[in-house]
Amino acid sequence: MSGVAAVPKIELRGVKKRFGDKIVLDGVDLAIQPGHSQVVIGGSGTGKSVMIKCVLGILRPEEGQIFVDGQEVTHLKGSARDTVLKKFGMLFQGAALFDSLPVWENVAFGLIQGRGVSRARARDIAIEKLAKVGLGSDVAMLSPAELSGGMQKRVGLARAIAADPEIIFFDEPTTGLDPIMADVINDLIVSTVKDLGVTTLSITHDMVSARKISDHIAMLYKGRIVWAGPTAEIDSSESALVDQFIHGRAQGPIKMEVRA
Amino acid sequence: MNVFAAIGRVTLGFFRETGRVSLFAGDSVSAVARPPVYWWLIAQQLMRIGYFSLPVVGLTAFFTGGVLALQIYIGGNRYGAESIVPQIVALGITRELGPVIAGLMVAGRVAAAIAAEIGTMRVTEQIDALTTLSTNPIKYLVVPRLVAAVISMPILVAIADSIGIFGGYVVGTASLGFNGSIYLKNTVDFVTRQDVTSGLIKAAVFGFIIALMGCFNGFNSKGGAQGVGAATTNAVVSASILILAANYILTSLLFSR
Repeated sequence: MSGVAAVPKIELRGVKKRFGDKIVLDGVDLAIQPGHSQVVIGGSGTGKSVMIKCVLGILRPEEGQIFVDGQEVTHLKGSARDTVLKKFGMLFQGAALFDSLPVWENVAFGLIQGRGVSRARARDIAIEKLAKVGLGSDVAMLSPAELSGGMQKRVGLARAIAADPEIIFFDEPTTGLDPIMADVINDLIVSTVKDLGVTTLSITHDMVSARKISDHIAMLYKGRIVWAGPTAEIDSSESALVDQFIHGRAQGPIKMEVRA
Repeated sequence: MNVFAAIGRVTLGFFRETGRVSLFAGDSVSAVARPPVYWWLIAQQLMRIGYFSLPVVGLTAFFTGGVLALQIYIGGNRYGAESIVPQIVALGITRELGPVIAGLMVAGRVAAAIAAEIGTMRVTEQIDALTTLSTNPIKYLVVPRLVAAVISMPILVAIADSIGIFGGYVVGTASLGFNGSIYLKNTVDFVTRQDVTSGLIKAAVFGFIIALMGCFNGFNSKGGAQGVGAATTNAVVSASILILAANYILTSLLFSR
């Protein structure tokens, strides 16, 4: 396969985003091949979430281009944007479940609202997706507020895969979970990704999780990708920035910034 | 501290906010006409904004009508004009106090609730989640609240008008010595259609302001619990000020002869 220039599933070219005077993304270049599981690591406040939101069109970059399946999506709006968004599923950091709706309607939301599936049919699909993440149909009628953090993440994952997306984004999938629940979520991510054959982009600062759920890793630092390569090569990156981060050392080239 | 720099900053900030509110209002109004229409959500918001505001609006209208009757009686007494009470109560309630009091009460109740709910959805990324699920947050969250508030407020004010006049009637007959049927006849003979409709037009505008300020502040809240608290306060304060300002403008437009 090497040598054949496949069209990347997602590609960012020179993406820049600033908030006021603060430059968050300073020319991000990243290509994710179809079927790959890409993890972007980086400290808190390095713009990982901003990068994902730029790809989704929730934020608009000032400069640079973003491609999905070779199509430029940087400035799409309205129904053209909706068409692209139908390829995506996303698991949010805090799960971001709608607390006004029961669990099954959360999972079925994209089907009912975005795709016009009937409620009865959407409910069956929701229960089926909940089973995929290890939740029984008894959970379907509960309110999200009644669930623990780990359970909410599972429901969030079920919602992300409900509409059979081609690409799934995971925003800090293990943050705020105990180590065992984190590992359960990691396993779930790995198995669902394998089942569905999707392309994934995850952002995390949890190296255990990053190693487990990725086949490629890139590191974001000061608004740029400073290293990218296969997960197996991260220990021999020869980058002082990457070494400091993956070993979690306080001393090194990375200085903690006080202000977010 | 440079005084001119401070004045400049405040002025720029004011125009920036005005521009952002106007753009938000434009987006929201243009979204009303475009499908999909979430009928169920509109019905839900009619319940929450309209129906559940009835007790508070009714009670304030009753006491306002009552105190109006009392004050006009005392004031009119100085000229021997105390018989004017029914007419002035009806005029004051339908033209001004009905819509304004109802508007301020609903602003306190509803703008705060909307800002807190949408603000929490913002800081917990639920609004971003809507976008990723192919649902336009403006259509899903803002439009139902705007439509429900614009429909509810005139109905609430029509009820507040009746209860306010009834409050004046109770005070007038029970403690000021008016004859009940004469009080009612004077009211009905005096009030014109324009007195009532002008109040209902105001009510619809106030409803728009209330929902818009609740949604705008909620949408733009940031930074966790404190941000949501600030958004809630801003929603109530800005809605109240805009209601009073709009009331003046509408009065001068509706009654310009």
